[in-house]
Amino acid sequence: MAVIEVNHLYKSYSGKDAVKDLSFSLKKGEILGLIGPNGAGKSSTIKIILDFMKPDSGEVRIFGQPMNEGFKNRIGYLPEERGLYKKLTAIDLIVYLASLKGMNKSLADKRAHTLLEQTGMLENKKMKNKEMSKGMGQIIQFIVTIIHDPELIIMDEPFSGLDPLNTEIIKNIIAKQRDEGKAIILSTHQMDKVEELCDRVLMINNGESVLYGDLKESKEKFDKNSVMVEVDGEIGKLSGIVEQRINNGCYELILGSDATPQDILDQLRKKGKIIRRFEITTPSLNEIFLGIAGGHNE
Amino acid sequence: MNKTYLIFKHEFLQTIKKGGWIIMTLAVPVLALLGIGLISLMNNISDSGTDSVGSIAYVDEAGIITTSNTEEETMLIPYNSVDDAKEAMLNSEISEYILIPEDYTSTGIIHRYTLEKELGTSPLTIALIKSFLTRNLLKDQVSPHLISLINSPLKLQVTRVTQEGDISKEQNSMANLLVPGIFSLLLGLSLMIGSMSLITGLGEEKESRLIEVLFSSVSIRQLLVGKVLALGTAGLLQVLLWLITAPFLVDLAVSASGGAIGSIQIPGSFLVLGIVYFILGYLLFAVLSIGVGAISNNGQEGSQLSMIYTMANFIPLWFAALLIAFPKSPIWIILTLFPITAPVQTMVRLGVSDIPSWQILASIIILLISILGGLSIAIKIFRMNMLMHGKRPGLTEIIHSLKKA
Repeated sequence: MAVIEVNHLYKSYSGKDAVKDLSFSLKKGEILGLIGPNGAGKSSTIKIILDFMKPDSGEVRIFGQPMNEGFKNRIGYLPEERGLYKKLTAIDLIVYLASLKGMNKSLADKRAHTLLEQTGMLENKKMKNKEMSKGMGQIIQFIVTIIHDPELIIMDEPFSGLDPLNTEIIKNIIAKQRDEGKAIILSTHQMDKVEELCDRVLMINNGESVLYGDLKESKEKFDKNSVMVEVDGEIGKLSGIVEQRINNGCYELILGSDATPQDILDQLRKKGKIIRRFEITTPSLNEIFLGIAGGHNE
Repeated sequence: MNKTYLIFKHEFLQTIKKGGWIIMTLAVPVLALLGIGLISLMNNISDSGTDSVGSIAYVDEAGIITTSNTEEETMLIPYNSVDDAKEAMLNSEISEYILIPEDYTSTGIIHRYTLEKELGTSPLTIALIKSFLTRNLLKDQVSPHLISLINSPLKLQVTRVTQEGDISKEQNSMANLLVPGIFSLLLGLSLMIGSMSLITGLGEEKESRLIEVLFSSVSIRQLLVGKVLALGTAGLLQVLLWLITAPFLVDLAVSASGGAIGSIQIPGSFLVLGIVYFILGYLLFAVLSIGVGAISNNGQEGSQLSMIYTMANFIPLWFAALLIAFPKSPIWIILTLFPITAPVQTMVRLGVSDIPSWQILASIIILLISILGGLSIAIKIFRMNMLMHGKRPGLTEIIHSLKKA
């Protein structure tokens, strides 16, 4: 059973479509990367899933049913712009928000200590939120998101503002949550994190799904059938190449539809070229993102 | 544990830790002590007899002054001409002078000349001049005792009688307005501070998007009901703390005034109604603040919008003097029934006159309906507008929100 099932969702504001015929699903033990340019409809989609607002049409099912208050204790949500009660200490805030998720105080306190330790924040537990740096505040919010051991975790830009060390800590915790069977939606602009963490990807542009599926398969769809080659001297004339670009002595060769990377490698060997680098290129998610977003926005 | 209770507990503890609440709670007994100190000081000054007019000169062109030139503690010094009197005043020999013109007996006009800047002649000076003139005008016509009686202020002893013809336990006195008046002022201030506190809190939660985290855990109703109840309870705790200190302060005030305000009679229904209106007022203002919080982008904007009803809350106090002069006017009934002014208006009216039971009942019912209806509307507006940032919805959008919700 899918943890989230979204079917033909529509939402418009003042006559402009924010979400248009959006459908996707998310299973246990899976991370879905929700990506798209600013204003694409990512946040609106998340807010409809969480029942903060109603769709104009379409259906959202959480744990097999329409969203209801009873499910809130099974969901963890980290919004994009994050704030905390300034006068509360980190531990008090975590325990209070955990209690709103149905945890009893002693269990919340115990788990808060474990997570604070895992994130290297234990010594700051009595620090008031107004005294914390942005990064520290974000870690506290992240702890609040997962403290009640939710089955579904929705995170909007969880890495923004974090230093590399904290990014790594949070990334590992997210991966661990997935391994424990949690279903995770990760909305972010950081494509490298999507590539590192996500199993599937949903790219939205102008409210519509423009790319959805397994991350590896999705990338292959945008494979340009090209290779990166670096040889001693000039590369010379090769058959089966429709376009070539040189960047710092490295050739990017775009192959024709009937040519394969093996054909190019064979030709180079026949020519007796000393090959320093030969790499079958697959487009990064960032390139796909820029290509789709750029193309749609033109 | 019930989530509304958890919100209530958190909000209540946060409210009573806030500087505004603590200051307001402590300010009442502290200000009362200062007031008592002031009463005591004024009594001492009054006892020492320094409250006198000084020396007044007079020029009698009408030729009616024939008796002694001392009136109470004030010397009344005769001068032959206006020029002499003026020169004496400019030389600080006298503080002021009056001219009794030749045609005084036909016109009744007296001229007073002074160097002091003042809004009007003090009642003490008027009484003194009047007494001086009366004594001289009636000297040969009535006995000194009658002259003294005429010059004395009217000693009116009013006895309030019940419908059954018995003497009422609650007798009329201006002092009776003291407790309801002070309580009304405190209620008005407390409602204003409470509203601001709620709006600021909501504004912070909206601005920081913490509200989204909260709504991913609790329903809008749970959050808002928890907040409203917390604010109401904090208000009730405040009034209870004031009531605990009240007997001590009243005792102190009675002894400081030398018994002058010892005749204070608090209307029997005042205590109960005071608590009822305090709670209802707090709940109503909390609901209004939620509505304002829903359509504002931040605490500052919300506080500005809330001025509309927090200022209206003080209308009964602005017009308190008119209420004392015209207690039967229908405008007071309207203000008693209008939910925003009802708590303060009822408290002030209780100090001035009786309020028919139907008006109190109707006022409480209207308040309750306003609170429940207002909460329902506020929740709808909040739901529709909580995700709007940077743009305050117009009236059309709010109406649209309500229709859609």
